[in-house]
Formats: sequence, structure tokens, C-alpha cells
Amino acid sequence: MRRHKAEEYVRRVIVTENKKKQINYTAQMGITQILFWVLSIMALISAILVVVSKNPVHSVLWLIVVFMAISGHYILMNAQFLAIVNLIVYAGAIMVLFLFVFMLMNLNADTEPQKNIWAKIAGVVAAGSLLLVFVAALKHADMKNQLAEMNKGDIGLIHNLGMALFQDYVVPFEISSVLFLSAMVGVVVIGKKD
Amino acid sequence: MIQLVWLVPVLPLAGFLINGLFRNSLSKGMTGVVGCGVLLASFILSLLIFGEVRQESFQPVTVTLFDFISVDKLHIPFAFQVDQLSILFLLIITGVGFLIHLYSTAYMHEEEAPHFARYFAYLNLFVFSMLLLVLGANYVILFIGWEGVGLCSYLLIGYWFKNVDYTNAAKKAFIMNRIGDLGFLIAIFWMINQFGSVNFEEVFNAAPGTSTAALTGITLLLFVGATGKSAQIPLYTWLPGAMAGPTPVSALIHAATMVTAGIYMIARSNILYSLAPFTQHVVAIIGLATALLAATIALKQNDIKKVLAYSTVSQLGYMFLGLGVGAYTGAVFHVMTHAFFKALLFLGAGSVIHAMGGEQDIRKMGGLRKHISTTHWTFLIGCIAIAGIPPFSGFFSKDEILAGAFAKSPVYYAVGVFTALLTAFYMFRLYATTFLGKFRGTHDQEHHLHESPAAMTIPLIVLALLAAGAGFLGVPEVFAKNAHWLGHFLEPVFAQGAAAGHAAEGATSHEGLLMVISVVVAAIGVLYAGFRFSSKPDLAEPTGFGKVLANKWYVDELYNAIFVRPLYAISKFLNNFIERFIDWIVNGVGRLVQYGGRQLRLLQSGQVGGYVLLMVVGILALFLVELFVKK
Amino acid sequence: MPINYYIFLSLALFCIGVAGVLTRRNAIIIFMCVELMLNAVNLLLVAFSKMHQHALGAGNPNAGIDGQIFVFFIMVVAAAEVSVGLAIIVMMYRNTHSTDVNFLNRLKH
Repeated sequence: MRRHKAEEYVRRVIVTENKKKQINYTAQMGITQILFWVLSIMALISAILVVVSKNPVHSVLWLIVVFMAISGHYILMNAQFLAIVNLIVYAGAIMVLFLFVFMLMNLNADTEPQKNIWAKIAGVVAAGSLLLVFVAALKHADMKNQLAEMNKGDIGLIHNLGMALFQDYVVPFEISSVLFLSAMVGVVVIGKKD
Repeated sequence: MIQLVWLVPVLPLAGFLINGLFRNSLSKGMTGVVGCGVLLASFILSLLIFGEVRQESFQPVTVTLFDFISVDKLHIPFAFQVDQLSILFLLIITGVGFLIHLYSTAYMHEEEAPHFARYFAYLNLFVFSMLLLVLGANYVILFIGWEGVGLCSYLLIGYWFKNVDYTNAAKKAFIMNRIGDLGFLIAIFWMINQFGSVNFEEVFNAAPGTSTAALTGITLLLFVGATGKSAQIPLYTWLPGAMAGPTPVSALIHAATMVTAGIYMIARSNILYSLAPFTQHVVAIIGLATALLAATIALKQNDIKKVLAYSTVSQLGYMFLGLGVGAYTGAVFHVMTHAFFKALLFLGAGSVIHAMGGEQDIRKMGGLRKHISTTHWTFLIGCIAIAGIPPFSGFFSKDEILAGAFAKSPVYYAVGVFTALLTAFYMFRLYATTFLGKFRGTHDQEHHLHESPAAMTIPLIVLALLAAGAGFLGVPEVFAKNAHWLGHFLEPVFAQGAAAGHAAEGATSHEGLLMVISVVVAAIGVLYAGFRFSSKPDLAEPTGFGKVLANKWYVDELYNAIFVRPLYAISKFLNNFIERFIDWIVNGVGRLVQYGGRQLRLLQSGQVGGYVLLMVVGILALFLVELFVKK
Repeated sequence: MPINYYIFLSLALFCIGVAGVLTRRNAIIIFMCVELMLNAVNLLLVAFSKMHQHALGAGNPNAGIDGQIFVFFIMVVAAAEVSVGLAIIVMMYRNTHSTDVNFLNRLKH
């Protein structure tokens, strides 16, 4: 009996030691890393759910989660402006537009048309092969050991971005305003009931 | 004048072109004038050349027109050879040809103008080809003429082309000719291989130094060509069928000229044949067999032209017998006399048919001598000539051949004499049934009987005179020394052959006896046939052995079974299996393309999703190729 | 962060977007998957801009800013495109009362 207790005690100590080691390892990994992996997994799972969901409204919601994850990546890389713009424009405006259209058409899971099973398999296989080919090609790219600067760097700040935008890229900037104008006109023309 | 020899064939060629191209605008009179005129001009020209050839100091002349084929070491010029043999044939062809052209203007006068012109165009083309044949200085030019006369024979036999039987006969003639021509062609190729040339001079000079085997092969093949053209066993069945053509055509082509082309060719190549004794035996035996066979068939024929056709085959057999035993002069002499009396007989038969309004069956004739006397007398002269009764021409020429045959072998002579008996018999059967006795035709035909116009009777009279008198060109040694003008004339041509081979010289003493025997035999045939058939014509249907003869020994049926039916069977087999198989493949390719197109069309579904999938697959493929295949 | 992590992440998102385009029949869902693909590319561009800054940033303060400018413009264009595209889809719905892409097979003719 005493020996059992002693063995128990030794076992617990070893486990605690190991846990401490693990916590030490985790501490060495750094918050950045953990956040990267968490955000990546969140993005991937949500993307798959976007594609797989039967109810289209659910797809929209999962896509918003994806955008959140990507914005998180942007913040990790200190591209602050882009992170905010991503959230406002994409998740805020575009997805809301999508939701409006869904509500307009009163779509739900019952009325959703389905492709036949072979087409779905063909699609998945094609996309999977594409992924394989890309990965195989890029495995041999020699930029493997380059690092992306995380948490540091001024270029993502709105001040620097604005300076670059209005100094070097002012012409595309102005033209994009014309683009918006034409898009608006186009939408009105298309949507007209005659 | 000899340098103008090229005009002799060119004039009939011009006649052919004029009559042929302008046949829709020329009147019948003009056509006749053009057609006969060119022949007359050629004949006069030939006479003038003959005058030059006849001189003692004459040497053979080769007139070269242009270089025909010149390949490496082989040179075949388009050249004409003027020597005694060719000038003799030239005279026969243009002379008898002119008479027949004259005859045709009256015989064919019922035809419409374009067809009348077509007839004369074909006849002129035929004369052109035949002249090319006898004038050629090498075997290739000879062959060109050879083919040309075959073609014209086809065109003229099938002249009344709306009748299927006639066109079938024309096809039969042409095809059998072509079978012989294959042998001739192979012989020419062999000659080129062996001698490196086809010119007569070069070949004949090189011949004595060549192996007998090669010479035997070449001469046998040449003889195969001759059997086709000159209607010997086994290629003779076309000649009786060729009687479907107009009678003047039968006279010119199938009696006087085309069928003698084979004789000419072998006579010209006499040195080759003299150096190949085996071939000579073959020629003699086949000639003899043909003569006998045809004579037996002629005994039971009832169509006036068919009798004469088989008679032609038989006489040609005699000529080949003469060539085979080395009596070249005799054979050529017989060609000449045969041209005269056979053309005479055919034209006479044409006159009879004209008088009978188209009837050709002799069982429906009879007693015509009272109605068409000129035709009757000329026909009688022809019959006596062919039977070999002196002093008409047939006797002299036939006897020369029989003398040569006796020198080679008494068996040849015996069979030859027997055939002469048959010849006399059937010819006088024909004469008696047609001209003697009582008229057996219908009442209408009797009213229609009238003598032929002058254009037809004048050639008959001229030919009768020639048939009667031509014999004196070749009086044998027995009667008078050095009186054989023809032999003397042709001596240079046959000198090489006579020297190389064994000249057939019958012992003079025997010759007299032989002549007496043949005359007696012929006279027996003549008298017996004449008396028997004038009183009791052969009207009943033939039975027993006679039936076999009347059906031509069933040779046509035999050929049909051996050659025609198997060919049809093979053709049907090839059609059913191979032709269909090939069709299936070709159609299958078409069907495959259609099927592929149909399947490919399904890609155009209009579904955007499908298009996007294809896009992704395409990008995938491009990536694979770019990144992994192209290293 | 080694750059190839970002490369693979972006590729994965992109291919999931492709799978979505090929698999779904609803026009609007397809559109959303296109947006997903665009965003994957945006992420990669920003990562590359940071890579350039890391490599060249010592002497050049604005090294690599081009990537982020590019992302900005992509977002501009994406916004315009979404508005026009949805307008078209609404018109399609008005005509056929369905958003099924298979109904738009006029290209067959």
C-alpha cells in the first residue's frame, strides 16, 4: 500500500514536470505563432463550411468568419489599414449586400438546387489536384527561408500607405473613383424595369 | 520518192481526222471522196516507191522521222523501213483497201451522214495503223500499229453499237487480241533485255550469237501475240463473232489485212524463227491444227459470212504452216492471194446480202445466179481460187506451202491435203447452196433481187481478175525456170532465215507429183460438193457428229466454263468480301468522325459550371506541362 | 514566420474557393466563393509585402508597400464587381425565378 502511494506520487511529479516543460515549450513558441495557427485553422474550417453548407444564409455567415480570420492575419502582420478596410468593406458592406439579396429571394435550405454527385466529385477532385500541383511546384521554390516580418514594420500604417497612395499611385486612385461611378451607373441601368 | 514514204500512212490519218472531226457537216459524197481519195493517193505513192524498190541495186532503206524513246542506252526511233517485204504489204493494203473503200460507199449508203463519216473515219484509221505496222523499222512501232488495228477492229465490229450482241462480239475480239498482246509485250521486254534494242537490223544481226533458249522464248511469246491477232488456236473464237460488223469491214480487216499482221510479223522475224526450231514446230502444228479444225466447222455453218470467217481461220492456219516449215515466201505469197480471193468472196457475200435485203442464211437462198450474174461469176472465180484449182492463184500459193510441208514431214502434207479437200468441199457447198438450184426465199425477197450498183461490182471484177491472175507471180520451178518472180523479189528479206535454218526445198521431182495429187483432191471436193448441194441442199437440222461441228466443237462453251465463269466467281468473291470490307472501313471512318463530332458537341452544353470545370482542368494541365514535363 | 506557411495557407483557401465554384449550383454562392478566392490572394500579397520589407527594409523605409497598395485596389475592384454582379443575379432571378446556374444555358445555341 505504501509502495502504491509512493509510485503514485512519483508518477504525478513526472507528469507535472512534463507539463511544466510543455508550458515552457509553449512559452518559447510565442503568442504570434499560436495566433497564426489558430487564425489559420479558423479560416480553413470556415472556408470549408462556406462551401459545404446547405443553407445559403449559413454560407454567408461562415464567410464573414473567414474574413474575420483574414483580418486577424493582417493585424498580425501589422497591416493595420488593410485589416480595418477588410472588415469594413468586405465583411461589412459586401456580405450585407449578399444577405440583402438572400432575403429578397427568400432562399433557404429547401429550395437550394443540388448538382449531381458526379459533378461534385469532379469539382472536388479538380480543386484538390490544383492544390497538389501548386504545392508540388512551390515546394522547390527557393524562397522557403525568407521570413515575413511580423508585428513590426511601418508600411502597414495608414500614414505610410496614404503617402504612397497619394504620391506614387494617385492616378490609379482617381481612376478607381471613376470605376465606382461607372459601376453605380451600370447597376442602375441593369436594375431598371422597362 | 522513198523519203516520202511517211506520206503513205499520214494520208489515211488525215482522212481519219477530216472525216472524224467534220462528220456532222460533211455530205456523204464528200466523205466518200475524202475516204477513198486518200487511199488512192497512198496506193499511187506506194506504186511509185515500188518502182524504185524493184530495181536490182536496191538496198533496204530506213527513213527515221524522229526520236521516239531515248532512255539510257535504249534508243527507239520512230522510223520506217522500206524493203521488199514492206512494200509488198503496202501495195496489198492500199490497193485492196482502196477497192473496199470504193465498195463501202455503195454498201453503206443507207446510213445517215454522221455515221457514214464515222465509218470511213474508222476505216482510214485502220489503214493508218496497218501501214504503221508494216512500215515500222522496230518492234515498238510495229506494236503501235498492232494495237491500233486491234482498236479499229473493235470500233468497226461494234459499228452498229445499238445492238448488244454486236458490241459483245467487239469486246470479245478486243479482249482476245489483248491476251495475245501480252505475249507480244513480254517478248519485246525480253528482247530489250537480251539485245538492248528492238530495231530489226540490230536484233537480226545479233540473233545468230544468242542462245537458243532465249530465242525460243522470245519467238514463242511473239507467236502468242500472233495467235491472238491472226486467230489461231487457242485465240480464234473472236473471228466468227466479228462477222457482226459490216461486210466490207470483214473483207478488209478480217480477211485481207489485220489478220495477216501475225504472218507479217513472223515473216519479218524469219531469222529469229529459223534459229529456234522448236518454235517452228509449234507454229507449224498449231497452224495445221487450226486449219483442220476451222475447216471441219465450216462444213456445217449456214450463215454465209460465218462460212467465210471459218474459211479465213483455216487459210491463216495454212499460212502459219508455211511459216512453220520455213516456206516464208510461200506464206507471204498465200497472204497475197488470200487477200485477193477472200476479199472478193466477202465482197461478193456482201453483194448477195445486199440483194437479199439483209438475209444471211444460205438455206433461204438458192438459184441466185440468174438474178445477180456479175456477183455470181466473180464469186465462182473466188471459190475456184480458194479451192486451189489451177491456173487460179490459190493453187500456186497453196501448193508452195504444201511442198514445204512435205519436205518437213509427210504427215504435215497429208493433213494439209485433207484440209484442202475440206476447203474445196465447204466452199462449193456454199456456192451451190447459194447460187444453184431453186430459190428458197420469200416472195418479197424474190422481187427485191437485183444486181448491186457499179461501185460494188467494179471492185468485185478487179479483185476477180487479181484472184485469177496473181498466181503467175509465183510460178514454181517445176513449170519454168526462174519464173518465181515473187520468190526472187523477196529473196533478200528471207536470205538470212534461209541460210540459218534449213531451207524447205522439196525435191523437184516430187513437187510435180504433189501438185497433181492436190489438184485431183481439190477437184474431187469441188465436183462432189457442187453436184450434191445444187440438187439437194443441206436444209435439215444437223444430228450426231454434224451437230458437234455446227456447234463449233463447243469450244466457246469450253472457254466459258474454264475462264469466264471462274473469273466471274472470283470477281463476285472479291466484291462481296474485299470490296465490302474496304467500303466498311471507309464508311467506318466517316461514321467515326460523325460519332466523334456528336460526342464533342455534348461539351457545348451551355452550362457555365461545366465550362469552369474545363477551365480548371485546363489550367491544371498547363501547370503540369510547364512545371513538370518541361524540365 | 517562414513565408511558405502563408503560401500554403493562401493556396488552401484558394483551392477551397475553386472547389466551391465547381460544386455549387446557386449563383450567389458561386459568387461568394469567388470572393473567397480574392481574399486568399489578398492575404498572400500582404505576406509577400512583409517579406520584401524584411529583406530590403534596412535601407528603404517603403520597401514592399506596393503589395499592400495592390490589395487596396483589389478591394476597390471587388466592391464594384460585387455590386454589378448582384444586380445581374437579381435580374436573372426576376426572369427565371430561380438562381440555378444550370438555367443559363443559352450558350448552347
